[in-house]
Amino acid sequence: MSGRFGEIWVYLSTSPLLGLTVTLLAYQAAYWIYTRAKMNPLANPVAISVAFLVALLWFTGTPYHTYFDGAQFVHFLLGPATVALAVPLYANLERLKKDLMPLGGALVAGSLVAVVSAMGIAWLAGASRETVLSLAPKSVTAPIAMGIAEKLGGLPSLTAVLVVSTGILGAALARSTLNLLRVEDHAVRGFAVGIAAHGIGTARAFQVSETMGAFAGLAMGLNGMATAFLFPLLLRLGG
Amino acid sequence: MLGAITLLLVYQTIGEIVVQLIGLPVPGPVIGMALLFVTLLVRGSAPAWLRDSCQQLLSHLSLLFVPAGVGVMLHFERLGAEWLPIVIALVASTVITIGVTALVMQALRKRIKAGRAG
Repeated sequence: MSGRFGEIWVYLSTSPLLGLTVTLLAYQAAYWIYTRAKMNPLANPVAISVAFLVALLWFTGTPYHTYFDGAQFVHFLLGPATVALAVPLYANLERLKKDLMPLGGALVAGSLVAVVSAMGIAWLAGASRETVLSLAPKSVTAPIAMGIAEKLGGLPSLTAVLVVSTGILGAALARSTLNLLRVEDHAVRGFAVGIAAHGIGTARAFQVSETMGAFAGLAMGLNGMATAFLFPLLLRLGG
Repeated sequence: MLGAITLLLVYQTIGEIVVQLIGLPVPGPVIGMALLFVTLLVRGSAPAWLRDSCQQLLSHLSLLFVPAGVGVMLHFERLGAEWLPIVIALVASTVITIGVTALVMQALRKRIKAGRAG
């Protein structure tokens, strides 16, 4: 019986079906935990699914590329999802038009500071070149950030992890930072969280108020686009 | 859903072609997003079927990072060696970015309000 089981395992472990299935199972389990934790940013479903899957692969001795053969079908959707971000961005057009100057100024400042401070601090603290490049787009929504990292010699999978960590940190630290600075307006708070902490920050902002969430979502879309265009320019200027 | 997925893939493909043709250092899907945004601007509205499908796709956006995130297992050595600079950079940069963005936006709004009042 165990021999038959072993054969089935050998067959399944080399087929893409298993990688895809465990990815979806892990995510749904993680999402269930996240909702049970009242959507606390520290119970982030991406972090939980990743931890679960890494443990599973390690335990079964499965190499990452075998897993990715199946998981790539999910990974592939990052491209269309990036294109789809145009739709919510367009839905927020009226907010953008009404506040064009403050939003534009905050976008350029926030986008630059996010990239420059991450790279500068990491470099000063002694990180390697690839790590510094992988950190640069950390505030940008993951599909765009991974594209940027890939284009510029960073490590996209490391960037994915750093982006998720940034989102969790931003969602957890935004309230105290903004209270300390005495920023009260929900539009301003939302926009700042969206710039610094992309989708995870946006999800958190929507829990506070509709306005905060809408401005966070707007900031996430704009920052994705701004960083994708600004970052290569910065690197070219920097040599 | 099928129509929306097809549309998104067509825009992504156009984005990739533009990137290859001009040699832009920007990811192809970002160009696709910019082109779709411009299309919606010109058209003057987003059709309901596109809005609904995109919302569905984006509501599970975090699932899509999972396969790449699992790639962290390839970087354990790097993370072990460089965890301190990474943690410092992530925490400091995130707090600074939130602060600077909020203060700039608040200052510009006040200035515009004052300009209108005066």
